[in-house]
Amino acid sequence: MKHLSFVSAAALALVANTAFAETEITWWHAMGGKLGDTVNQIAADFNASQEDYTITPVFKGSYEETLTAGIAAFRADEQPNIMQVFDAGAATVIGAKGATVPVQDLLEANGVDFDINDYISGVRYFYADADGKMIGMPFNSSSPIMYFNVDALAAAGVEAPKTWEEFETVTAPALVAAGYIPLAESHSPWIFVENFMSRHNLPFATNDNGYTSAETQILVNSDELKMHWTNVKEWLDEGYFGWYGASWDDNQTPFEEGNVAIWLGSSGSFGGLMQKDLPFEFSATYLPYWESITTEPTQTFIGGASLFAMAGQSDEENAATAAFFEYLTSPEVQYMWHSETGYVPITTAAYELAKEDGHYDRFPAAEVGIQQLSLASGENTKGYRMGFYVQIRDVMNREFGRILTGETSVDDAFATIETEANELLSRFAMTQG
Amino acid sequence: MKRAGFSIRWLPILLLLPQLSIILIFFYWPAAHAVRSSFFLQDPFGFGETFVGLKNYTSLLKSSAYLRSAQFTVIFTLMVTALSLSLALLLAVKADKVIKGAKTYRTFLMWVYAVAPPVAGVIGLVLFDQSWGPLKEFFGLFGWDFRLGVDYFDTAFAMVVISVWKQLPVNFIFFLSGLQSIPKSVREAALIDNRSASGRFWDVTFPLLAPTAFFLLIINITYALFDTFGIIDTVVKGEPSNNPMTLVYRVYVDGFRGNDLGGSSAQSVVLMVLVLALTVFQFRMVERRIHYT
Repeated sequence: MKHLSFVSAAALALVANTAFAETEITWWHAMGGKLGDTVNQIAADFNASQEDYTITPVFKGSYEETLTAGIAAFRADEQPNIMQVFDAGAATVIGAKGATVPVQDLLEANGVDFDINDYISGVRYFYADADGKMIGMPFNSSSPIMYFNVDALAAAGVEAPKTWEEFETVTAPALVAAGYIPLAESHSPWIFVENFMSRHNLPFATNDNGYTSAETQILVNSDELKMHWTNVKEWLDEGYFGWYGASWDDNQTPFEEGNVAIWLGSSGSFGGLMQKDLPFEFSATYLPYWESITTEPTQTFIGGASLFAMAGQSDEENAATAAFFEYLTSPEVQYMWHSETGYVPITTAAYELAKEDGHYDRFPAAEVGIQQLSLASGENTKGYRMGFYVQIRDVMNREFGRILTGETSVDDAFATIETEANELLSRFAMTQG
Repeated sequence: MKRAGFSIRWLPILLLLPQLSIILIFFYWPAAHAVRSSFFLQDPFGFGETFVGLKNYTSLLKSSAYLRSAQFTVIFTLMVTALSLSLALLLAVKADKVIKGAKTYRTFLMWVYAVAPPVAGVIGLVLFDQSWGPLKEFFGLFGWDFRLGVDYFDTAFAMVVISVWKQLPVNFIFFLSGLQSIPKSVREAALIDNRSASGRFWDVTFPLLAPTAFFLLIINITYALFDTFGIIDTVVKGEPSNNPMTLVYRVYVDGFRGNDLGGSSAQSVVLMVLVLALTVFQFRMVERRIHYT
C-alpha cells in the first residue's frame, strides 16, 4: 500500500511537471543584507512576469566565496546557470575560455536584441574581451565616490573639495578645527590605486591595462602613486585622515557615527546609508584628483560585479538565462535596482527613466556615481584585467597597512607590491598555458 | 598459548575494507592530489596547466610574507600552548582543592568548551572592537590605544587571548581528571616528607601528571596550528591585510580566496610534512621518556 502511494505520488509529480513545463535556473550571488532582499525581489518579479521560467537566487557569501564556490561547482559539473563575479575575479573567469558563454553570444543566439552602445560608456567594456565583445553582463556596477557630512562641512565653513590640494590646504584644517576627523576611506586598493589610475588617466598595467595579453606587468611603482601615498601617510600623522584597518565597515562606521566628515565609499553604499537614517544630512560628489598630476580629470572604473552565464547548460536553460538577462536590463528593473541600492543603472534608457521620474531631484547624491562614470574617458579608463588579482589586492592591503602603521616606507612598500604583483601575474600567465 | 586467528583468509580483509576505503578516499587520495597540484600552475576552472617543478616551493621560500606567517605561526603556537596549559593547570590544581560546590565551579570552567571557534572569534571581536569594545576601553585606562585590525601586535594579542580562552576548558578537564587519579596514599606520604606545598607539587604531583601533560601538549600544538582557523578568520574579518595570520589560514587565503591552486597546494604539503614530523616526534622521542602507569 505504501509502495503504491509512492508510485502514484511520483506519477502525479510527473504530470504536474509536464503541465507547467517551467525551466528552472539558478543564480549564485554575493549580495547579502538589504542588497540580497532586492535581488530576491527581482527574481520573484521575474518569476511572476512570465510562466516559462523560474529563477532561484542563492546567496553564496562574499564575492570571493561566490567565485570559489562557482569554480568548485564547475569542476564537479554542478555549476549554476548564472554566477556573479566581482571586478577582481574578472581575469580568472574570462581567462578560462569555455567556462562561460559570452553574454553577447547568449543574447544574440536567443533572439534578444543586443547593442553594446545601449550601455553606459563607463560600464560597457570592463567585462568585455579585447575585441569589445561583452562577456559578462554588468549587474551591480558601482564606482567610488566621496560622501560628506553636510552639517560638518557647514560647521567648518568649507565646501566639498574638488582636488586633493584643496583638501590638504583648506578642507582638512578647517574640519580639524571644527572637531572632525576629515577623511576616511573603505578599500584602499580600489579607491587609492585602481581608481586613482583612471581618475588621472594613468596606465595601470602594460598590454593596454592587461586586456590584450596575460603576460602583463603592473605599473604601480610610479611617482604619482607614491606621491599620493606619501601624502596619505602625512595626513594620517597630522590627523587629517583616519584609518581603521582593511575592513570595509570599520571605516564606514566612524562616518556614520558623525566622527569622520568625508568618507570615500561605493556609490552602491547609498541605499544602505539612506536606510540607516543618519543623525546628519549627507551628500556626495566626485572623487577628488591631484591638480599637480592632471588638470583634466577623467572618469572612474566601474567596480562591483557582473553576471556570467556558465557554460555546459542545456539550450532551454540558456534560453531562460537570456530571458532573465533581457528582463534584468529592461529600464524599469534597472531603475528599481538603482533606486533601491544606489548601484548605477547600466543602460542609457534606464538612466533616462530615472531622470524623468525625478529620482535625482529627490536624491541628488544618487546621480554622482553615474555622472562620474560618464565623465571624459581616456586611453586608460576602460578598466583593467589582471590575473590572481585578489591576491594582488591582498598584497596592496598588506603593504598599505604597513605604511600607515609605520612599519615600512612608501618607497619600499611600492617596490614590494611591484615585485610580488609581477610574480603573481607571471604565475597566472602560466596557469593559462 | 593458542593464537587466535581467522580461519578464512579473506574475512579480515573484508572486515577492514570499509575503514581502509574511507581512509583511501578521504585522506590519501586528496593528499596525493595536493602533492601533484603542488608541481603545477593550474587554471582554477581546470582548462589549462603548466608543470613548474619545484617553483611553487621555491617561491614560498623567497616570499617574505610567507616567512613572516611562518614566524608568526611558531610564536603563536608557543604562546597559545604555553599559556593555555599553564593557566589550565593552575585552575585545575585550585579546583581540585575546592570542597564546597566543587561541581558547579567545575561546570562553569568547562562551559566555554561548547563554544565553536568562529563564535569565540565573534565574541572576541565584540570585546576588542576598535570603536566601542569594553576591553579596548579598559586598555585605554592604561594608556594603551588598542586597535584591532589596524595594529599588527594588537591583532596578534587578541588572537592569542581568544585562542587561549577557547582551549582552557579542554586542558582543565584533562588536568583535573589527571589530578584526581593520583592515589591518595601517594599524596599523604608526600605530605609527611615535605611540608612545602609547592615542593610537593613539583616533586610528586607534577611528574605523576606528566602523561596527561604530554598528551595535552600535542593536542594543544595541533589546536594552535590548525583549529584556530575559525578564530583567525573572524578576527581579520576576511581581509588579512597587514594582520598576522597562521600558515593554515594562508593556505585558505591563497587557495580559496585567490584561486592559486598550485601555490596553495605547495603550502599544504609543507604543513603535511610538519604534521608528519610532529607525529614522529610524539611517538619516537618523547613517549619513551614518559611513564604511563
